Amino acid sequence: MRWMLVALAVGFLALFLVLPLLAVFSEALRRGVDAFLAAFTEPDTQAAIGLTLLVAAIAVPLNLVFGVAAAWAVAKFEFAGKSLLVTLIDLPFSVSPVVSGLVYVLLFGAKGLLGPLMDDWQFKIIFAVPGIVLATIFVTFPFIARELIPLMQEQGTAEEEAALTLGASGWRTFLTVTLPNVRWALLYGVLLCNARAMGEFGAVSVVSGHIRGLTNTMPLHVEILYNEYNFVAAFAVASLLAGLALVTLGAKSILEWRYGDSLARVHRH
Amino acid sequence: MSDAALSGWLPRVRKPSALPGFGLTLGFAVSYLSLIVLIPLAVLVARAGELGLDGIWRVATTPRVLAALEVSFFISAAAAAVNAVFGVIVAWVLVRYDFSGKRLLDAAVDLPFALPTAVAGIALAALYAENGWIGSLFAPWGIKIAFTPLGILVALIFIGLPFVVRTVQPVLQDFDREVEEASATLGATRRQTVFRVVLPGLTPALLTGVALAFARAVGEYGSVIFIAGNMPFISEIAPLLIVTKLEEFDYAGAAAIATVMLAISFLTLLAINGLQAFSRRRFGHA
Amino acid sequence: MAIEHVDLAVQPGELLALLGPSGSGKTTFLRLIAGLEAPTAGRILFGEEDATRLAVRDRRVGFVFQHYALFRHLTVAENIAYGLRVRPRRTRPRDKEIRQRVADLLDLVQLRGLDKRHPAQLSGGQRQRVALARALAVEPRVLLLDEPFGALDAKVRRDLRRWLREVHDRTGHTTLFVTHDQEEALELADRVAIFNRGAVEQVGTPDDVLDRPATAFVAGFVGEAVRLPVDAAGSWIRIGPHQVRTPEENVAGPAELFVRPRDLVIARPGADAIPARVICVRRSGTSRRAELSLSDDLPTVEIELADGRTVRRGDVLPVVLATVRLFTSR
Repeated sequence: MRWMLVALAVGFLALFLVLPLLAVFSEALRRGVDAFLAAFTEPDTQAAIGLTLLVAAIAVPLNLVFGVAAAWAVAKFEFAGKSLLVTLIDLPFSVSPVVSGLVYVLLFGAKGLLGPLMDDWQFKIIFAVPGIVLATIFVTFPFIARELIPLMQEQGTAEEEAALTLGASGWRTFLTVTLPNVRWALLYGVLLCNARAMGEFGAVSVVSGHIRGLTNTMPLHVEILYNEYNFVAAFAVASLLAGLALVTLGAKSILEWRYGDSLARVHRH
Repeated sequence: MSDAALSGWLPRVRKPSALPGFGLTLGFAVSYLSLIVLIPLAVLVARAGELGLDGIWRVATTPRVLAALEVSFFISAAAAAVNAVFGVIVAWVLVRYDFSGKRLLDAAVDLPFALPTAVAGIALAALYAENGWIGSLFAPWGIKIAFTPLGILVALIFIGLPFVVRTVQPVLQDFDREVEEASATLGATRRQTVFRVVLPGLTPALLTGVALAFARAVGEYGSVIFIAGNMPFISEIAPLLIVTKLEEFDYAGAAAIATVMLAISFLTLLAINGLQAFSRRRFGHA
Repeated sequence: MAIEHVDLAVQPGELLALLGPSGSGKTTFLRLIAGLEAPTAGRILFGEEDATRLAVRDRRVGFVFQHYALFRHLTVAENIAYGLRVRPRRTRPRDKEIRQRVADLLDLVQLRGLDKRHPAQLSGGQRQRVALARALAVEPRVLLLDEPFGALDAKVRRDLRRWLREVHDRTGHTTLFVTHDQEEALELADRVAIFNRGAVEQVGTPDDVLDRPATAFVAGFVGEAVRLPVDAAGSWIRIGPHQVRTPEENVAGPAELFVRPRDLVIARPGADAIPARVICVRRSGTSRRAELSLSDDLPTVEIELADGRTVRRGDVLPVVLATVRLFTSR
């Protein structure tokens, strides 16, 4: 019974999780290493990589600041409407990625609510980088906050109060007591947030306009190459993203094994 | 906003505390949440609202939209059901058995969370196409997987698995072994213990996990469109139809379908919260 | 817990216990002094200085938290030095002085050699002492301890209690500590403030609160008293079917009589003796006690037995009240 179940589980995971991963690398190397590497010399591919890095570099820090601020308010204070706030923070996770992009099109698009205003100001959000950044922030919104909130609630306020009685200022207390206590959870949240920010497809696809070299992120570029039947290049770029996923998983697992005690005990994705 | 400016009205809604920064952090968090999430979602609902309830109904019940919603709904449910079975088996194996490579397997479960959906999409399409590693095994029997509803099912199983495993796993971990031992001392066979004691204890977590997987599957886009074939009335999912409407500049139509989908995910979310509240009351854990 | 109308003057250098049942407001009171809670009305004075509106960090109180609240990511030495290192540069001691102060405090709390450990690597008693050293490092004007021994086992509790008294006598800090353990409060403190429902019932030396309880609550809470409902009439009280003479003449009408084991003595049958039936005999620590019934409709009382006195279940003993603690029923 035992070995049957293990075999069943391993077989299922191999079929549904491991095999697709292998397929990415196998397809990318189908025509050899040279063809694989050639994909990255394409200026459009390089532009897509650059844009993906830029978007993550903006979205992740913003959500980090939000996550820390929200966690401080929620975990360290009692106030009316707190559970509503926590529910609302998780909201983006239950919204389809396509809808996450759509809301910004309805807001800033040519026929959107603020579209005419954007026209007057000569400021493009939709089919431009700002829209991609906004959509990415939306879909990665809860990652860091939801790591920090349960952990900081578990930790309570006694250590902060102790620091205050010892003469530390509020800011100093945060930097020397709160932040060190949540550093691994923070890193954990940033890892997940970053992986999603770099890999987001649906939301970004709706707002991007797919302008090669300008508004194509890596996942969008994969789609374009794939639809042009340029499979080797598509899978080459995809393998870079898969590599990022593997690094994220590895780092996440290390954090869980080594610092499991200093992460929130309850996780849901 | 400074603490001082807020202190006028805060004492009534907030328990006093010696820690500083409440006004600043809450003010920032709420403003950011409103600007990024709440206002845009409100605009979406308002836009759909321009059509009126009967307008939304008309859009949602046009044959093509209805077909797409049905495809999304039923295949998501089927994928969630498959994941319910295999998710419990995987969680059981990971919690109860020790074998080499277990940690690797445990880490791999999160792959669908970490792998960009577009990458998963093209990988699955390549695997299950007629000339792919797996698709070629089925082709001789005339079974096509990629570019049919079966392909959508495969993608949604991939996307939903970690939700079930990761909600069941911790509950199984905390499951009191003494309860099982008690069952054995009362004369139950192993099979009876598992089916009468352990599995009923896991049910709330399992339902929660299945609901989460379902909610995610209904909205999923990236991993599906590459393998789906996207044939109207057969393998076209609701999120893709939103994109199509947008490309036709039919904003109101897109907003209407999006609103219906939002309603589905909120109902699912509500069901999940209800489940968890029930389970906390009844069993003391979520 | 809300507290009201607490007027408490603490003498410089004294060791004051705040004693009361849980939820009586004693911890809230301690946190008010520290500035961790803000009073809606009233004032907090440190000597002549009004500290009511002073921020926590400016009060210079040493607070020892119930579960110590040690900084888990810092070593023992870093924990103790924290309050000195967060000072503004002008008033911050030099590194060398800080190290010296930490070393001195480690000696004081007998933890020399553990300075590199993290809190998780310490026993409960050791953590408690680190927390105390950390609070003392800032040279507080007042030392506040919230249930300082609450989380420790009985043996460690007793040792630490004696040790805390020594430290207090050596350093001379004005010290307030919260406890729900009356033995702890009575043994350790110069004076005890008894809290009940957010108010102070009595402040006095351990002898005061034990021998001269000011209120019925204090009489019932301190010592192991049994409360008997009685009728008082001038110099007589009626306990069930029995009439007893009392020196307490100011109470009349329905009243409560508080009886501790030592208040009862076995006497010759006669005038004031109440015939009490022995329910059972048991040991309590090193002493032997008999549980007595004065009347079927009254709670049973206990009496301490002299060594060598044999008493059996069912015996009827003549007892008299050596001490009378009588309060009008509320």
